[in-house]
Amino acid sequence: MKIQILGTGCAKCEKLAENAKQAADNLGLDYQLEKVTDLNQIMAFGVMTTPGLAVDGKVLSVGKVPSQGDIEKLLQG
Amino acid sequence: MNLKKEWKPLSWIVIGFFVCFFLPVDLPRAQQAVLEALYLVRWYAREHVLLCLVPAFFIAGAVAVFVSQASVMKYLGPKANKLVAYSIAAVSGTILAVCSCTILPLFAGIYRMGAGLGPACAFLYSGPAINILAIVLTARILGPEMGIARAVGAIIFSVIIGLLMHLFFRHEEQQKIAAAPPMMADEETRPLWQTALYFAVMIGILVFANWGRTEQTSGLWHLIYSSKWLITGALSIILALMLATWFRVGFVRIIIGAIPALLLALLVPQHPELAFSLGVLALSLISNLKDTRESEMGQWFEESWSFARKILPLLLIGVFIAGILLGRPGHEGLIPSAWVATLVGGNSLGANLFASVFGAFMYFATLTEVPILQGLIGAGMGKGPALALLLAGPALSLPNMLVIRSVMGTKKTVVFVVLVMVMATISGLIYGTFF
Repeated sequence: MKIQILGTGCAKCEKLAENAKQAADNLGLDYQLEKVTDLNQIMAFGVMTTPGLAVDGKVLSVGKVPSQGDIEKLLQG
Repeated sequence: MNLKKEWKPLSWIVIGFFVCFFLPVDLPRAQQAVLEALYLVRWYAREHVLLCLVPAFFIAGAVAVFVSQASVMKYLGPKANKLVAYSIAAVSGTILAVCSCTILPLFAGIYRMGAGLGPACAFLYSGPAINILAIVLTARILGPEMGIARAVGAIIFSVIIGLLMHLFFRHEEQQKIAAAPPMMADEETRPLWQTALYFAVMIGILVFANWGRTEQTSGLWHLIYSSKWLITGALSIILALMLATWFRVGFVRIIIGAIPALLLALLVPQHPELAFSLGVLALSLISNLKDTRESEMGQWFEESWSFARKILPLLLIGVFIAGILLGRPGHEGLIPSAWVATLVGGNSLGANLFASVFGAFMYFATLTEVPILQGLIGAGMGKGPALALLLAGPALSLPNMLVIRSVMGTKKTVVFVVLVMVMATISGLIYGTFF
């Protein structure tokens, strides 16, 4: 699966990327982490409140940094 | 040595060496400039960090956690009433733009998926000027009338710019992205009136703790000044009660946390800032206990801390550089005051225009426009041009113009930039005439 971090590169996006990586490692998933920093690409996801988290193009969370535990739930659900 | 790989560090080291070699340490002007910078940094640290910036960080953090962005964005959606959309776009920067890095995505979102070009431009113009930290710092350092003028000027002119952009480009149909923005439903944890009261109390603490000394020794303002710590203390107790009940921290922890602050307030009442600091410390500790860290208290602290970590170093570096270049108000730094006065002194059209154009291209790191302006005003910049720079500065910079261009194309960007410069100049002229 492809985990995508949507954000123009501020501190929150870094934090989200870190949380997502840990969550995915915890679950033992086979994944790639991709950072989407281009504004127009982020818009294509329909996300305006960054940072956003998407998996294979499907947006799971916007406008906040979910905790590692919350991300694990999102990834499983 | 592999020159192809190492040329970058090599050239930096060579440049650094020459700068150090020719460092004009024994020039009196340079020595004075460094001293000025140190004085200015100390003044900021003593007067502005503890009572003003720290509570402002907590408020900004609370905005980020407790105000749902989705509830604001629904008024900026594609089907939103135009009148509502413009008004919300003009004022929502207070809530949505707490972090400068969120402004451009929101702008692009409003333009491409939401209410369209006009509201998006209104948001982009007013957002950076009216976020809570910017208003607090502007009012505190440059005076309340400048703070108010900045907020009011930004809001009014943002609507005008938005409407003009819409008018100029009304025939261009933009292709909307089909995907509707996914809105995560936020679980409402407490009624709106509780959140509103909680914010009111925090803003009260910020305002009263910083209440300025008055010239007269009687009258309402003086009465407030002389009892400002009583009011601040009472508000802090109310805030503590809210945290204990509505935020489920519990009375035991709140009381244990409050005891040191209360003791200091009673023992050394001549230094209220000590009690204030202990209160902040207790709040930080309570937010980071094992079982509160994951809750909203923990998130609140996390957000506040991330603002502090991001903004404080930038701000102090900005203050230092402003001090070296311009000195404290009434003193000179490296740049002679006469230069500043000829370029942007008084309230001429030229001075205002120069300030807006300069502000539009120059990049100001978050909030550093305030100390830089303080230096410029101290060196003889007029009030009108100062406001012009405050309005054009944070809204635009060369790097963000490039991003804006990638979102809405060259033509619209050029028109927007010109409009911003014109409107900032007009605001400056009006303000400079009256103040």
